[in-house]
Parts: sequence; C-alpha cells; structure tokens
Amino acid sequence: MPQIFHRSTNTISRVSIFGAVFALAVVGWALSSLDRSSYATRANTPREQPVAFSHAHHVGDEGFDCRYCHTSVETSSFAGLPSTEICMNCHSQIWADSPELAPVRDSFRTGQSIRWTRVHDLPDFVYFNHSIHVKQGVGCTTCHGPVDKMPLTWQHASLHMEWCLDCHRQPERYVRPRDQVFSVTYQPPPDQLELGRKLVKEYNIQSLTSCSTCHR
Amino acid sequence: MRTDWSGRPAARLIVPAALLALFGAGCRQDMHNQPKYIPLRGSEFFDDGRSARPLVNGAVARGRLREDAALYTGKAGGRALDAFPFPITREALKRGQERFNIYCTPCHDHLGTGLGMAVRRGFRRPPSFHTDRLRQLPPGEIFDVITNGFGAMPNYALQIEPRDRWAVAAYIRVLQYSQNANVADVPPEFRGRLGTPGDMR
Repeated sequence: MPQIFHRSTNTISRVSIFGAVFALAVVGWALSSLDRSSYATRANTPREQPVAFSHAHHVGDEGFDCRYCHTSVETSSFAGLPSTEICMNCHSQIWADSPELAPVRDSFRTGQSIRWTRVHDLPDFVYFNHSIHVKQGVGCTTCHGPVDKMPLTWQHASLHMEWCLDCHRQPERYVRPRDQVFSVTYQPPPDQLELGRKLVKEYNIQSLTSCSTCHR
Repeated sequence: MRTDWSGRPAARLIVPAALLALFGAGCRQDMHNQPKYIPLRGSEFFDDGRSARPLVNGAVARGRLREDAALYTGKAGGRALDAFPFPITREALKRGQERFNIYCTPCHDHLGTGLGMAVRRGFRRPPSFHTDRLRQLPPGEIFDVITNGFGAMPNYALQIEPRDRWAVAAYIRVLQYSQNANVADVPPEFRGRLGTPGDMR
C-alpha cells in the first residue's frame, strides 16, 4: 500500500499543532487584555453630567477639602454627594445667573434631586466602606487618582478585584499618614515601604483577603 | 461514510447556536445590578425618583434625642451661652481646627480675616474675627451662627455636627487670641520659637 501522506506533511502537522496552541494563547491573551482595558472598565473616560461640575476648578484651583461636599466619607460606607443646598452655599452669590447652573437653581427651588451619573459603579455583590479606608490611611487620590486635575470626573482605577487585592495583600505599599489622607497633592515618599510598614503597625492595619471581607 | 448535513439545516445550526447562548449567558449583569437600593440609587417607585425617603416630621433616630438644649441650641434660658457646654481640651481644639479649615476657610480664610477663596471670587466678605465686637461674642452665639446662618452666611448644620460646631467656636477663639497676642503672652520657654514656621501642636 503506498503512503497516503508525503513526507513534507510532517512539517505541516508540527506547525499546525504549534499554531493551534499559539492561536489559543493569543485568544486568551486578547480576552484578558480586553477585560483589563479601559474600554471594558470604563476607566479614564469622563462621564457626561447634567451640570458640567469640575473638580479641577473646585479642588485644584479653589482648594476645597473633599469633605466640604463629601460630608459622610469619614462616618459612613458612602462618601456622600452634596445636597443642592451645599452647592448653593456659594452659588447663591457666585455665578448666580450662569445658565450652566440652571439645573442647580431649579433643584433648589423645586426640591427635585439633580440626577448625577454615577462614576464609580461597583458590582452590587461587593461591600465597600469609605470610612474605614479613610481612617486607616488610604488617601482619596490613591483610588480616585488626580481628582484635582479632572475637569469632568472620571474613574481612575479599574475597580477589578485584582486591583482591590493588590492593596489588601500589601497595604504597606499604599498607606499614608492619617493627616495626609485628604491631601490631593500628597506624593508617596521614596521610602514608602519603610513608612508603610511603620504605619501598618501603628494603625494596626490588617491584610484582609478572605472572600467574606468584601463579599458579604 | 460521510454524514449528509445538507438536508438537515436545523442540526447544522445547533452547535453555533449553543456556543452563542453560552457566550451570551456569560455577559448577563444580573448579579452586578441587583434589584435593591444602594445609597443614591434612583427609584422608579416613588414620584420624586429617590430611594432614600425623607424623614417624617418629628422623627428621632434611636439615641439621637436632643435633650441637652444648651448643647444643641447654644442657648440657655433664651440667652446665648457664655461658656462651652463641655471642656475644651487640646483634642477638641485640634478637631475644631480641622473642621474650621474644611468648612469655614472658603470664606473666612485660615486666619479668619474674611478673605477666603469664595470671597475673592465674589461672595460677600464676612467681617474679620479680629475686631473688639467679635472678640466679645459669646461662644453660644458663634454656635448659633454656624447652626442657623447669619446674613449672607448659610447655615452649616448639614455639614458640621453639633459637638464639632462648639469645637469650631473654640478654635475661632484660638485664632482671635493668636492674632491679638503680644510677646508677653507667650510662655518664656516657647519664645525662642517665635518667628519660625510651625503649626498648632
């Protein structure tokens, strides 16, 4: 019986086996890159809002403390969005006729809420609490990025679980002194690891990585 | 023998359809967006679109009954309190400094002269703290102004808790003292540090 396949097909079969493995790896790599990309996480994309509120102006230029508006960040799971009354503390007199601020004045007059677009939308199966992070030396900008340079607000981090765990596994890489938590200009010192280890001990920061820490 | 698929188009579609269904199922977001209320999530159910409901008038949260009138109104017998309702410790002063810097400096600035950022942008200038009249102001009256506002100043009841308002009032006293002191007021052991930058420690 004559040979069905010519000798050269050996090469073809070897190449195609390797090719199949390679192709699968490429598909896997592409999928995981897509998942981490800002296209999927929606990070770094400014969100449209009913009023073009600028953190760059209020925080960067005018130097407002985060807590002036986000009043519940130290005491509750939720940082809190300012009520219209808080906007009107200043805007009753400043830019009081600006058409840009018409929705704010309407809200103040009618009592209807302004419908802001949520920028950080964690999945509902994740428990997150601002107050404990702030109390343990996690700075606002550590997660929220350079808020003082955002004209419209965008999400800075991926909010992926691996991103959360990165800090939960090694908090010493990120924590800062408590009196610097609300500083938007704070830069980690060159000896961050040394400082971090000291703070972790001083603040009794635990590396919590059990599932039920966040999925409760 | 080869199977002849040509006569059975339905069978030919089964495999891709199953794959598609699997992919589709992987993308559902039911668990991400559960039908429950989280803070500030809107509601289709209520007319005003809010899931957080306003308190019924007169509702008191457990443990939040404001029995101590002096502490919560700054007044006793209709008159502004001339003393603080709790001892002002260093701790309380530091708290007051922190709260003052967050909520008051936009108008009053860090020294209380009334040239904060909002004022520089057009808000009506508040009086400087460093006048004889304001140095005589009883703490209860400062508390009352923070709680209810005064003139162009809106109330800060939403943003500053009652005990913190007293701490802020105490810190205003510190500012007033600091801007109206002379060298003799400084304890001798600290006089060497005068003129060097530093904060309240």
